[in-house]
Amino acid sequence: MKVPYYPGCTLKTKAANFETSALAVAERLGIELVELPRWNCCGTVYSLADDDLIHHVAAVRNLIRVQEMNAQGLVDDEYRLVTLCSMCFNTLKQANVRMSENPEDLEKINDLMYLEDDYEGRVEVKHLLELVDELGFDKVEEQVKNPLEGLRIAPYYGCMLLRPTEVGIDDPEDPQIQTRMLEALGAEKIENPYRKVCCGSYQTVQDKKVVSNLAYDILTHARNAGADAISLSCPLCAFNLDSRQREIKEDHPSFREIPVFYFTQLMAMAFGLSEDYCGFDLNYIDPEPLLSAKGIIGGSNGE
Amino acid sequence: MKIKKLDLSEENVEFLVKISDLSGETVTLCEQCGTCSGSCPMVSEMDITPSQMVRMVQLGESEVMDTKAMWLCASCFTCTVRCPRGLDLSKIAEALRQITLRKAVDYIDIRDLSKDEMKRLPQIALISAMRKFTG
Repeated sequence: MKVPYYPGCTLKTKAANFETSALAVAERLGIELVELPRWNCCGTVYSLADDDLIHHVAAVRNLIRVQEMNAQGLVDDEYRLVTLCSMCFNTLKQANVRMSENPEDLEKINDLMYLEDDYEGRVEVKHLLELVDELGFDKVEEQVKNPLEGLRIAPYYGCMLLRPTEVGIDDPEDPQIQTRMLEALGAEKIENPYRKVCCGSYQTVQDKKVVSNLAYDILTHARNAGADAISLSCPLCAFNLDSRQREIKEDHPSFREIPVFYFTQLMAMAFGLSEDYCGFDLNYIDPEPLLSAKGIIGGSNGE
Repeated sequence: MKIKKLDLSEENVEFLVKISDLSGETVTLCEQCGTCSGSCPMVSEMDITPSQMVRMVQLGESEVMDTKAMWLCASCFTCTVRCPRGLDLSKIAEALRQITLRKAVDYIDIRDLSKDEMKRLPQIALISAMRKFTG
């Protein structure tokens, strides 16, 4: 199954480990993620001002590329656009919803981009987690060669996968989709209410303290609930929860660092794929000691 | 009990209408239940709570522009999914930010970041911050 795939900026640099692991596990599941030709930045955040149409142009232009892929035969009648990054997902999907609900807005944007084909409104923006859910987590389970037994993972959703409700992939107050994933991978899931609390997002640029305080709460609650590590799907959450542990440690010397995984890295480990796909060198807190301690890498069942 | 009708000055009505138009939200729907303030992950850092921010807008008090609550909003949409009146406060906060940003007044200057921070921050953080904090 060939599906159009939108990477976004950070997946090509600081979160390259998210992309390499995702492409590899998707392939195992029979999904070929075909990168959108000539994709551009989605805008990162959805413009919330009512009159600010110009900032939706970037998102809509990417949706037009999906039509082109179909026209060029790069995919076969496949209008689902898959993202990995939660922020890209949210921005593209909110723009798509606005276009479908406001034909006048769409007409204006189409007129502005007169050199492009008109956007016809057929694209469906999907997060990889949703696509895997549609495929069935039993298919994930079938691929597991190295179950993550004994690894206690706290799923973290943050905001952009869940809210606002019109675009969320799960119940915004009681999300379960990552839990089903972790169960399929053989990991022990650790639920805690902080899984849907905002990490502070872009505030990390203007006041890192605000973010490290939030991250401290989120991580400490996960740790106290028994988690060994966190699983997530957003490069900005990953930065705030992983890299900002440096700031947390400065403020709270007794803080016990906790590894933060992209869910696809966990899938790759469980599928028995080479560690090269996981790119753990890009994780701030090295997860390898934990994975070795749990016998997931090294030893007899790892590579 | 005597109920007194609130009379807003022309200037205050103008501010209320401006924020309502920019946000696309019927700001007057808010009943001040405080669910947003109780849900906001940033509230402890704010000088006024989200519900106070909305109240000031309802009353057309442009002094709200001097507070920093709108700038601490991370557009996490927690209040949005919980508001019993269906208000999207993240849009109201965006409207307030836009009032300043559209005057070409930026809230942050990216050049203030240390070299270390510039090296560490991923694009996703820099771009989203510039989209929210600069015009």
